[in-house]
Amino acid sequence: MTNPHIVHAATIVEKVRETADIHTYRLRINDEDERQSYRFAAGQFNMVYLFGVGEVAISIVSDPEDPETLDHTIRAVGRVTTAIARLEVGDGVGIRGPFGRGWPLDEAQGRDVVIVTGGLGCAPVVGAIEYIFRRRDRYGAVKILHGVKTPEDLVFHERFERWERQPDTEVLLTSDRPGKLWRYHVGVVTELFEMVSFDPFRTVVLMCGPEIMMRVGVPILLRRGLPATSVYVSLERHMECGIGLCGHCQMGPYFVCKDGPVMRYDRIAPWLGRPGI
Amino acid sequence: MCSNDRGVFPSADLQRVLDLLRAKGYRVIGPTLHDGAVVWDTIVRVSDLPIGWRDRQEPGRYRLEQTGTDEIFGVVHGPQSLKPFVFAPREPLLHIERTQKGFSVRPQLPAPEKIALLGARPCDVAGLAIQDQIFLKGSYPDPHYARRRQGLFVIAVNCTRALPTCFCRSMGTGPRAPTGCDLALTELDDLMLVEAGSQAGRDLLSELPLQPTSEAIQVEAAKRIDACAESQTRLQGQAALPRALYDAHDSQRWDDAASRCLACTNCTMVCPTCFCHTVEDRSTLDGQHTERTRRWDSCFTHEHGYIHGKNIRPTIKDRYRMWLTHKFAAWHDQFGMSGCVGCGRCITWCPVGIDVREEISAVLTSDGQPSLARSPERL
Repeated sequence: MTNPHIVHAATIVEKVRETADIHTYRLRINDEDERQSYRFAAGQFNMVYLFGVGEVAISIVSDPEDPETLDHTIRAVGRVTTAIARLEVGDGVGIRGPFGRGWPLDEAQGRDVVIVTGGLGCAPVVGAIEYIFRRRDRYGAVKILHGVKTPEDLVFHERFERWERQPDTEVLLTSDRPGKLWRYHVGVVTELFEMVSFDPFRTVVLMCGPEIMMRVGVPILLRRGLPATSVYVSLERHMECGIGLCGHCQMGPYFVCKDGPVMRYDRIAPWLGRPGI
Repeated sequence: MCSNDRGVFPSADLQRVLDLLRAKGYRVIGPTLHDGAVVWDTIVRVSDLPIGWRDRQEPGRYRLEQTGTDEIFGVVHGPQSLKPFVFAPREPLLHIERTQKGFSVRPQLPAPEKIALLGARPCDVAGLAIQDQIFLKGSYPDPHYARRRQGLFVIAVNCTRALPTCFCRSMGTGPRAPTGCDLALTELDDLMLVEAGSQAGRDLLSELPLQPTSEAIQVEAAKRIDACAESQTRLQGQAALPRALYDAHDSQRWDDAASRCLACTNCTMVCPTCFCHTVEDRSTLDGQHTERTRRWDSCFTHEHGYIHGKNIRPTIKDRYRMWLTHKFAAWHDQFGMSGCVGCGRCITWCPVGIDVREEISAVLTSDGQPSLARSPERL
């Protein structure tokens, strides 16, 4: 019986600054056998551990076909992530994983992909977007709709500009509040829906952000004929074990760590964005 | 009739069973009197058991009283189920040590131990089966639980007396021991009927000087167990669960329950099936060593639903609804069975005497607007 509690030692081989408080850490598992046997699927996450501090669930944003190194984009918000932010190349961390179910990138092949993200919680979907663009010919049209509260909240600026230049790709940005240098739309992200056309029968929607955005936004898309089974949402809950045992991440009948964090909309819809669930 | 899977012996000879188990290397654990309650402890003599005592249980109340009889298993149960023996309240998981390059990790599996549990109630045997499902039959079998479970020999005692808090019959877990125990006893005054439920149980029986059982003894045992079932308060509205509970998300009854619930976590601590736990890292002052331990947690704590700066379930109403809906609805979706065995401990050990049976029937009959059953197409 393999022991899912064991933490595997890894080393930071690269640290890339995304914004003042967001960095991408490239990790390499120290033990060669462990490194060789480590495989993950796009959208899965690791529990990233810092000695003496603790553990936090972070999605893997690098490509699953290159499991030699594992990229994790981490924003310094809590106790563990703030401590991780102080680490440099050569420092050691631990990982347990990979856990959970990621984006349906195989199923989306041959179809158009609409990606809707809101706020700062868009890191989990960045890996999926990069995955698609590395295999551009396998996917149809790509439309990326991203909403922020204020223009200052826009991160990954260069990425959006790079994605915009990809073939058959649209990038639409919006901010709830206007700003002097903001040259994009002003309003909530659901307003962007009116600005894109999509074929409901050959489109897959990937959504990541606040639950209220999903609860309000998805029905608007469904009214345009999109089947609820074509929409996938990435969820967030408190996680400790990552293996569906500790109980914290429950959402209705699901364990977000094990059954998610990406879930098909029709399965999670009754529980989405409801207070107290 | 005398076969190797059942027989009778004089109740006074129960010591032979203890001696045989001990000779086979088992530590025998049974119910013992301690601080006005019955708790599990190591026993050597039959006289260590609470002979001649019975428990009275009702919502928010637990009392022991002497009956003046020689009844060995007169007490139905105490606050502990079998859970602590397999899913330990505190379980060390890892020892992590700082090294020059980083750290090294050593798993902390419990030492194998042979434990014979004498006097487990049918509801608790059922609870053990539910814990097995969670910790051993999912995608990530837990090696700590597996190690503890492996050494366990369970001797159940069928119930012939129900407490006002008991509802095992409604949950289909008793009062006759379900499969899954090694031996099941039925105490018939000065006779003890014993039935084997596993190969290990049959092996043990083959070494005991048993008398053959008779049709009359079997009938008498069945009669007493059936009478125990008949005397129980039923859980109403069972058939409608779990759907009806999902639908009752907005029922006003949750506010009513929350106005009484203290969020003390007692119900989850005494529950045979609750599995929530938290993982703690404790480091030594010199920063060289960390012990990672898991310990029981409860969905009634403030921290349970915490995620970066916000609490998903901030009110007691949210948490009570979460607990009850999980037990009686979500559990079916997660594990293909109910999360309740009807032992009634959550009723007895609730300091304000909230009765889960009442809450369920009230939630189902109050005018909560159906909501969760809506399909996304109709949203």
